Amino acid sequence: MKLKWTKLTGLLLAAGMMFSGIAKAQDTIKVGVLHSLSGTMAISETTLKDTILMMIDEQNKKGGLLGKKLEAVVVDPASNWPLFAEKAQELLEKDKVAVVFGCWTSVSRKSVLPVFEKDNGLLFYPVQYEGEESSKNVIYTGAAPNQQAIPAVEYLMNEVGVKRWVLEGTDYVYPRTTNKILEAYLLAKGVKPEDISINYTPFGYSDWQARVAAIKKFGSEGKKTAVVSTINGDANVPFYKELGNQKISAEDIPVVAFSVGEEELSGLDAKPLVGHLAAWNYFESISTPANKAFIAQWHTFIKNPKRTTNDPMEAHYIGFNLWVKAVQKAGTTDTEKVIAALPGLETPNLTGGIAKVLPNHHITKPVYIGEVKADGQFDVVWKTSGTVPGEAWSRFLPSDKDIVADWVTLKCGNYNKSTMKCSGQNFK
Amino acid sequence: MMKSILRLSVQWFIVFSLLASRIAGPAYAQSPSDATFVATLGELRGASFADKDAIVQKLAQSGHPNVRAALTALQEDRLYFRNDDQKVFLVKTAATGDATSFDLIDPLSLKSAGTVSTDNLTKIGTNNHLRRVLQTTMARFGLSSPDPSVRLEAALNIQQELDESDVQLLRERSAVETNFKVKKEIDTGLALAALDSSDQQARLAAISKLRGNIRQDVRNKLEPLTEKSEDGTYIESDENVRLAATAAVKSIDRWRSIYSGVQTLFFGLSLGSVLVLIAIGLAITFGVMGVINMAHGELMMLGAYTTYLVQTVMPNHTEISILVAIPAAFIVAALMGILIERTIIRFLYGRPLETLLATFGVSLILQQLVRSIFTALNRSVITPQWMSGTMQVNDALSITYNRLFIVIFTVIVFAGLLAILKRTRVGLQIRAVSQNRAMAKAMGIRSEWVDAMTFGLGSGIAGVAGVALSQLTNVNPNLGQSYIIDSFMVVVFGGVGNLWGAMVGGMSMGVVNQLLEPYSGAVLAKILVLIALILFIQRRPRGLFPPTGRASDNQ
Repeated sequence: MKLKWTKLTGLLLAAGMMFSGIAKAQDTIKVGVLHSLSGTMAISETTLKDTILMMIDEQNKKGGLLGKKLEAVVVDPASNWPLFAEKAQELLEKDKVAVVFGCWTSVSRKSVLPVFEKDNGLLFYPVQYEGEESSKNVIYTGAAPNQQAIPAVEYLMNEVGVKRWVLEGTDYVYPRTTNKILEAYLLAKGVKPEDISINYTPFGYSDWQARVAAIKKFGSEGKKTAVVSTINGDANVPFYKELGNQKISAEDIPVVAFSVGEEELSGLDAKPLVGHLAAWNYFESISTPANKAFIAQWHTFIKNPKRTTNDPMEAHYIGFNLWVKAVQKAGTTDTEKVIAALPGLETPNLTGGIAKVLPNHHITKPVYIGEVKADGQFDVVWKTSGTVPGEAWSRFLPSDKDIVADWVTLKCGNYNKSTMKCSGQNFK
Repeated sequence: MMKSILRLSVQWFIVFSLLASRIAGPAYAQSPSDATFVATLGELRGASFADKDAIVQKLAQSGHPNVRAALTALQEDRLYFRNDDQKVFLVKTAATGDATSFDLIDPLSLKSAGTVSTDNLTKIGTNNHLRRVLQTTMARFGLSSPDPSVRLEAALNIQQELDESDVQLLRERSAVETNFKVKKEIDTGLALAALDSSDQQARLAAISKLRGNIRQDVRNKLEPLTEKSEDGTYIESDENVRLAATAAVKSIDRWRSIYSGVQTLFFGLSLGSVLVLIAIGLAITFGVMGVINMAHGELMMLGAYTTYLVQTVMPNHTEISILVAIPAAFIVAALMGILIERTIIRFLYGRPLETLLATFGVSLILQQLVRSIFTALNRSVITPQWMSGTMQVNDALSITYNRLFIVIFTVIVFAGLLAILKRTRVGLQIRAVSQNRAMAKAMGIRSEWVDAMTFGLGSGIAGVAGVALSQLTNVNPNLGQSYIIDSFMVVVFGGVGNLWGAMVGGMSMGVVNQLLEPYSGAVLAKILVLIALILFIQRRPRGLFPPTGRASDNQ
């Protein structure tokens, strides 16, 4: 009998919530969430969807925004790049969302870019990427190459004394562009071409034995060697397993990774990896009050005290807070006005320092280098003294030297200083 | 008056001795070197990594008996300081994920010093460079360890940085070392040091000693002796030494290339055995029954998840859980296979296109099912201790245990499958039905039952392959997808319906792939193998070993 009553109350409550949902549908602000919930990228992107839902939840507890409640519109582009564009169109044109938080891979971002520019939407992109882009309609809250790859290589070169480099990546746009920038940088620093080895493997590659043996050989020729890894997604687990099996310790050949964070390490035994490096703008292990509160909030929200936090999650945290501030400043959710309000806005990072939106639609970020610990967390061994402003176009590529992005004065994401020409949204 | 002074001094004496005993601890008296030891340890507290390097050297030179214990603790992440009194302690066991307290060990007495919660302790961290410094520092202690394996490792580690005192130490040890292997490494170390000697005879002797060694770092040390410096003169002035060094480098290079050839061959066989393992299940369902089962990869995935579940159920027996997982995965996948056969495929015999579409649908359902139950995140399957690490044959040739076991495992599964098909009643019936269904039925064989059994057997093998894959790659819902194409390729190449074809086909594809990879890169190697396969199929449409049986009847 008692059980029945609780059930009945539950039903009533649910019904009540549904009604109130309908009643309130009129005065909510819709927030689009465009992350893959199935397919290969689901492993990484599901967490980001949950992060945004948590942020929305919290904002609603604070009373919403501009007197209205926020309402999440979650769609699943299923790790299918063309589907990203379709779902983005659906969010912008059918659901008329005020803002979209989404995408992970660069190819998905490239896929939705024309849609956001046509419909004048606003996208917050939370993942470190290869740069060479600045759109009016995108705020890049992840790291540009000068906020992750370049500092990591500088650290290895100056602090560890690395003389020989293996650039190991997955075969797609982010690793290829990043490695192009890194190669130009290394050559400019006087590294000989024969001391750089660049190699690409397919997505989801798992037969690493020969590659790892080749790295071991390359690294045994007397000069200190390091691997700079832009290996993405699933391929990392068998790669690190093979490193451990072939006894390549971090003391001999350290591997610095740009796509391996707490989440990826939670899926494997981290003991053979102790000492390998990762470069990020956030580590879960960094002990600040804001970060501790964020982790606690995440554990309560996801109802699992063992779930980790990671860098793209912090990027979404920053992005969401920036958007809220921009909407409050503009007094409206109209994208044109919100985009105009964004440059110059500031919000604190979880690990200390301030994230500031720059005119090129990137943000300032601190850079940390961490060493893997046996429990799958990172020990910070080096960090930049302050925050580093994100550069859309790399200084180290000859073709980009004169290009600047400025959405405040120049109103252009691709402006050539020498020819005084704006190539507009037509990226090369 | 005298009395009161006396009393006073006695009182003071008692107070002082009480105080002294409190400071020194009850068990022993404190020597001055103890105080410096503790003070130096204390310096580690706020030091930068560069400072820690210097402090470690200082400790090592202090000669205090407990230095070794303290440095080992530092190396193993077991050195902490207590937040409230800033005292440095060793802890018994390194931190694990959910530990809330530590058992402290006093650095001086090396006795237990109580238990403290983790919140009150701060670890003294290390980085790669510091761990390297510790390794070479500890090597000096290790050389006199009673355990020969520790001495061997120490002898190898000390060679990385040889200074005067190390050479002196090696000389001393060389005279007393009894273990053959350790003595050899100590002599290698001495020879390496002798290469820099000013005595020409000593250099020649060192080269002849190093000649038989094939280690890359030995080669790197010898190479400069053969090179010219920038002004065109030889770095090594003596011609005899130069010639000896050139010959030694050449001989090392030759041996190394032979061994690396052997290693590539092993890599090829191990990749091949993975291909064979995932393909032989398919060779049965696709080959013998003519069913194109697109869900074959998902059956492997189920096998891998079964491994994960078995490991979760018996968390304290990770060493044997994988052995339990093999039959469990076979049963789970076989039951699922029989279910698919009974509910879907049996209605579609003789309609390959519909079978293909239906099983593709099944594969999507299974993927999403697993994704809903286990989430899309990777599940970590722990590799048992006996399967991890490498068998170091020598410096140029090492064979990883997990690959070695998978090669052996493949051979066992293959032999087992052959035995089932050739030696058992079920096997006989399977062969009979696949060769001539009508005749087999006429002989009283329940062909429907045999179909289910055959499909179950093929699926079960897929499940077993999943156990092996869980050791090599990620256990996630997409596991099957990434292998299904490869397995079809092997079956088509080997000749549909032929187990030996799958074996030979898989192994040769693995070896060719690994031979190409160093020259062409992984992406191109795969493309080249695929093109070669297409050309081969053009010439011999029925593969290496043309099929017999029902599948060939349909063609």
